[in-house]
Amino acid sequence: MQLTINGATHDVDVEPDTPLLWVIREELGLTGTKYGCGIAQCGACTVLVDGVATRSCVTPADSVEGQEIRTIETVEETEVGRRVVAAWVENEVAQCGYCQSGQVLAATALLTETPNPSDDDIDGAMTNLCRCGTYNKIRAAVRSVAEG
Amino acid sequence: MGVFDHLARRIADRPVNVSRRGFLAGTGALVLATTLPLRPARGQTAAADAPAVTAYLELRPDGTALLRSPFIEGGQGIFTAMAQIVGEELDLAPENFSVEIAPPGEPFAIMGGFRLTGGSMSTRTGYPVMRQLGAAARAMLVEAAARSWGVAAEELVTEPGEVIHKDSGRRAAYGDLAAAAMDLPVPAGVALKDPADFRWIGSAVPRLDVRAKSTGRQNYAIDVAVEGMLLAALRHAPRLGLTPAAVTNLQEIEAMRGVHSVHLLDGAVAVVAEKFWQARRAIDAAEIDWTEGEAKWPMPADFSSAGFRDSLATAEGEVVEVEAAGDAAGQLAAAETVIEAVYDAPYVVHGQLEPPSATARFNADGTLDLWMPCQAPEMFQNAAAGAAGLEPAQVIVHQQVLGGFFGRHFLYATANPFPQAIALARAVGRPVKLIWTREEDFLRDAPRPLGLARFRGSVGPNGPEALQIEVVGEGPTQRWYNAPPGQDPSATEGISGKTYAIPNKHIGQIFQANPAVIGYWRSVGHSMHDFMYEGFLDELAAAGGLDPYEMRLSMLSGSERHRSLLERVAELAGGWKQGPFEAADGSTRARGVAMASPFGSEVAVIAEVSIDAGEAKVHDIWVAIDPGQVVNPSTVEAQVQSAVALGTSQTLVEELVYENGEPVARNFDMYPILRPDQMPRVHTAIVGSGAAMGGVGEPGLPAVGPAIVNAVAVLTGQRIRSLPLSKYDLG
Repeated sequence: MQLTINGATHDVDVEPDTPLLWVIREELGLTGTKYGCGIAQCGACTVLVDGVATRSCVTPADSVEGQEIRTIETVEETEVGRRVVAAWVENEVAQCGYCQSGQVLAATALLTETPNPSDDDIDGAMTNLCRCGTYNKIRAAVRSVAEG
Repeated sequence: MGVFDHLARRIADRPVNVSRRGFLAGTGALVLATTLPLRPARGQTAAADAPAVTAYLELRPDGTALLRSPFIEGGQGIFTAMAQIVGEELDLAPENFSVEIAPPGEPFAIMGGFRLTGGSMSTRTGYPVMRQLGAAARAMLVEAAARSWGVAAEELVTEPGEVIHKDSGRRAAYGDLAAAAMDLPVPAGVALKDPADFRWIGSAVPRLDVRAKSTGRQNYAIDVAVEGMLLAALRHAPRLGLTPAAVTNLQEIEAMRGVHSVHLLDGAVAVVAEKFWQARRAIDAAEIDWTEGEAKWPMPADFSSAGFRDSLATAEGEVVEVEAAGDAAGQLAAAETVIEAVYDAPYVVHGQLEPPSATARFNADGTLDLWMPCQAPEMFQNAAAGAAGLEPAQVIVHQQVLGGFFGRHFLYATANPFPQAIALARAVGRPVKLIWTREEDFLRDAPRPLGLARFRGSVGPNGPEALQIEVVGEGPTQRWYNAPPGQDPSATEGISGKTYAIPNKHIGQIFQANPAVIGYWRSVGHSMHDFMYEGFLDELAAAGGLDPYEMRLSMLSGSERHRSLLERVAELAGGWKQGPFEAADGSTRARGVAMASPFGSEVAVIAEVSIDAGEAKVHDIWVAIDPGQVVNPSTVEAQVQSAVALGTSQTLVEELVYENGEPVARNFDMYPILRPDQMPRVHTAIVGSGAAMGGVGEPGLPAVGPAIVNAVAVLTGQRIRSLPLSKYDLG
């Protein structure tokens, strides 16, 4: 099948229901997208599919053929993505960092769709788990992007 | 983790030796090594035989420095702290450092010799060593400049990254002096900076790793790629002690796409394939017959956590004294009213977001490379050598930055994937990366032990008069390091070691073996015992008609450090008030207070809580933390945030339940952890009292739970003595 990932079309030879996560990690060798739980609970595997934050560990590869997939490796190619990464650095959000690829992409999707999110918007969109408990810094970083 | 506190003191007291790495001469760089001689507590051996950890400092011609840290980075910010400390004495800005992990040290193993990243002791043990390392390097650079310019070293000063001769105005960059400095002898006992002159220690120096961790470029063990490697997935027996007899659909599994081979291991079946997902798909399809096998700690088929809790509640046995003062038994026998309570806390998993993995490669020269997460490289090296039938020197451990740890990556037989990766790599004759799925991690994690304590106490008009506590169970330090009952701090800390003045007290441990394979979990025994003790303290306050904050203050009259810390947290919270009171949003709230003395630091916490639809909602946590001395206040604040998150999580929602010998939850669907919308606001006051440097990674956790539970008791009148709160309808 053909998948469009980070602006390039890739021919991948996998079982059609292979989770997008493992296509990205094993076929393309892009390891910024993380395996955390495999059942869409934690969000470490979040990628953007046509701009929508999507948990790639439960997304069959053949279900996203023809859609634009973006991973953390190219997040800074959009203006919002650049600002989100800058805010993450400025706020020193990361601790172990394992969940942060997903957090940054979830924030990028939120702030692209809703440049000035309310608290409820943030609660609704920023649902990825962080075992280091960086939640308050994540919220502060999202707000700092919104406030420009 | 008292054994580590003890070790930390030993290291801190040792002289530091810095030496030049002769074999790296001629590279244009100044390369220094220092060793942390870690010896067994008893049976001192000759220095030459002592296991050592080597920390390299390499100052390159371009003026940047490479530091190989003895301590592993797993989110706690230790790489930045190490650069800060070395940079301070070297006079080189921390941002000019890159930091890597030091490999296992030479010479290797003698029994009892180890290093580890844990016990909240990296900064406090690394501090004197890293200062000496930086100071020696700076002295050599100054001397190199002095010789080059024909002036006395005393006439020279440094500014960050350069040596300056003020009289002549000459300046030389460190990078240009590095090669000449390498030819000089290493000075002994270089004077350290006056802390009053610190430029970076004590400042909020930014983390060195934030950008890589915000852009997906930080690699972890699970991301390791080795040429020619195969990928493996496995399924463990549902309980320890069972082992595979057969895969009944073996041919079907072997024929699946990408599958290389199927392997019956001790207590598990593994599939090796070209890709991990292929291996995962195949192992999920495998039909396995299990049979009774051999295990050091077989899990009884009828084991349940609820049954085990009840057996601890009624256990009889020798009470090994841990702490005693006055005559608690006599006082309680004479007391008009005795308050009695049994507290317990459940098994909890580490839940680090990076699932465990290990990559093994046998080399043509007989050596073995291992890439894996670990908190104690020399111990893993020895264990891997045993598993592979090699000498430790033949095992090369490549520690990887940890995707969270919280105690997960210590050496726990049955909980580490590397022996299986070694077996698979040997069997297939190619490198193998084994990844445990989240489900396998839940099944074979070494959880925080379920713990229980029985309290009896009496209270007078001025506070508690007698306290008798029996802690029932087993601590991880007994399990893994043979600490006997009564001398295993991990089994009682947080109930023992409290600061309050109580005239009559007796604290003892009744040992009861834990059938599960137990491990260290962030703040270890403190993570549950402070909850129990501080909850019971509030019960005594209520029974005596005393305010819990004022009662604690009065019990701290003998310690100005603790008393002022408690007052500081109240001040931070805008003054103490217990409530219930109505908040601006119309909710009814109350506050609870608690203290803890974990890992050489002191902490006081106030929590503000309301009840929403039968559940506790934690709005604010105020933390006053006194680690004695502070290297990086920004790191301390981040670690307090993190510890509050984990403390709130285990108080509200975490519990690993066993039924029929198996954990019921195998992933985060059945075992929730704290969600973003459950995170309280965190307000931190860092108090540098000047006392001996304590830990930072764990101390923020223990007092969070009891502060929350004490607030819940005010709101509901219900005293919660068994965690988590999600077991109860608080409406």
